[in-house]
Amino acid sequence: MNSNKVVDAKGLSCPMPIVRTKKAMDTLNTGEVLEVNVTDKGALADFPAWAKAGGHTVLEHTENDGVITFFIQKG
Amino acid sequence: MTIEKWPASKIARKVIENQKLFILDVRNHDAFEDWKIEGHQFEYLNIPYFELLDGIEEILPKIPTDQDVLVVCAKEGSSKMVAEMLSDAGRDVAYLEGGMKSWSMHLEPIKVGDLTDGGEIYQFVRLGKGCLSYMVISGDEAAVIDAVRFKDVFLEFAKEKNVTIKHVFDTHLHADHISGGRQIAAATGASYYLSPKDAEEAVFDYTALEDGLTVQVGTSKIEVGALYSPGHTIGSTSFVIDNKYLLTGDILFIDSIGRPDLAGLAEDWVGDLRETLYRRYRELAEDLIVLPAHFMIIDELNEDGTVAKRLGDLFAENHGLNIKDEAEFRSVVTENLPPQPNAYQQIRQVNMGKITPDQDEQTEMEIGPNRCAVR
Repeated sequence: MNSNKVVDAKGLSCPMPIVRTKKAMDTLNTGEVLEVNVTDKGALADFPAWAKAGGHTVLEHTENDGVITFFIQKG
Repeated sequence: MTIEKWPASKIARKVIENQKLFILDVRNHDAFEDWKIEGHQFEYLNIPYFELLDGIEEILPKIPTDQDVLVVCAKEGSSKMVAEMLSDAGRDVAYLEGGMKSWSMHLEPIKVGDLTDGGEIYQFVRLGKGCLSYMVISGDEAAVIDAVRFKDVFLEFAKEKNVTIKHVFDTHLHADHISGGRQIAAATGASYYLSPKDAEEAVFDYTALEDGLTVQVGTSKIEVGALYSPGHTIGSTSFVIDNKYLLTGDILFIDSIGRPDLAGLAEDWVGDLRETLYRRYRELAEDLIVLPAHFMIIDELNEDGTVAKRLGDLFAENHGLNIKDEAEFRSVVTENLPPQPNAYQQIRQVNMGKITPDQDEQTEMEIGPNRCAVR
């Protein structure tokens, strides 16, 4: 999937993955897509909840070798 | 203003001593709904940390200034961030060291009572998970029952009391938490007893726990007697200690009874559960003090923090012991079952020795409430 920006939050623990993602999201325009790579397991529940609260859409979510990847479209 | 880091032990004292506390829980709503720090006089506000990144001004009016405020999250990081924001806004706050992870692990030893000839019985209350473990002490010996996985807590407590752990029991193969029994036995040379009916697939050596088995603890010969009491699992066994206490495992709780479905089909074991609760236990002395392996709600705690009640009182008050009609009993315990505990299948595998996860994986498996009861 294509994205307009990538956030590498691997190795960071809560709350930093979301803090960085939010900062990056603030620079995007509505409809653009952000890719986030994170290793903190808390992200599994927190990212969808954060996206929902902010009106964003999680387009795709995959897990590979302990790395969780989200593609989130700005709402 | 000031920020304090409070260990789980401090919050445990607040629960036990009935103190007030305002908890700002910054985990996501689902996590909060599923499981939180329960206190008799605790108040809560749940706002996920990711909704506070732009500032906490909006929630300031909801946070009291006349009582202790504790910020809580899963592992500490987010609660610390929010605590710092509150502090910058002029508030005195604390955050929970290690988050809910450490709350889930905290154990509070509380003396339940005295036994013959100077013996003592202690209950180890795991407030965050609702697990109860026991140590019986007599002379220079001790027996441990239903130990949770933090073996060092038990080893250190025994050392402090100058006793050697000789016997380690599990009332059944646990499905909601990882047993520390085998590790304590390995560290002390004690015998580890488990019901062969529950341990059919176990890959380690153990001593068979059979109905009627008695062991003696210490010079004063305090007796620990096994009573086969199936229903939660097929091997569930209760213990009568010093003719004074009845350790019921997950068969009978203070305000509920054991669920029969975690290791098999509810339908198969509901008859056993009925038989244990309505016949075997009825034959016991009503003055026995029931000590269960769990509590489900904070109201089950006594004023001193223990979870204990006279058997005769439970016959009178516990709803699960007062369903006269057998068909109705069957439907209550098979049709109204709560969700199963987190990772219960994996936890059973760990307790049978079939898988050996590392500490972090064990912590993840044990997240959440125990859910061993049906009300």
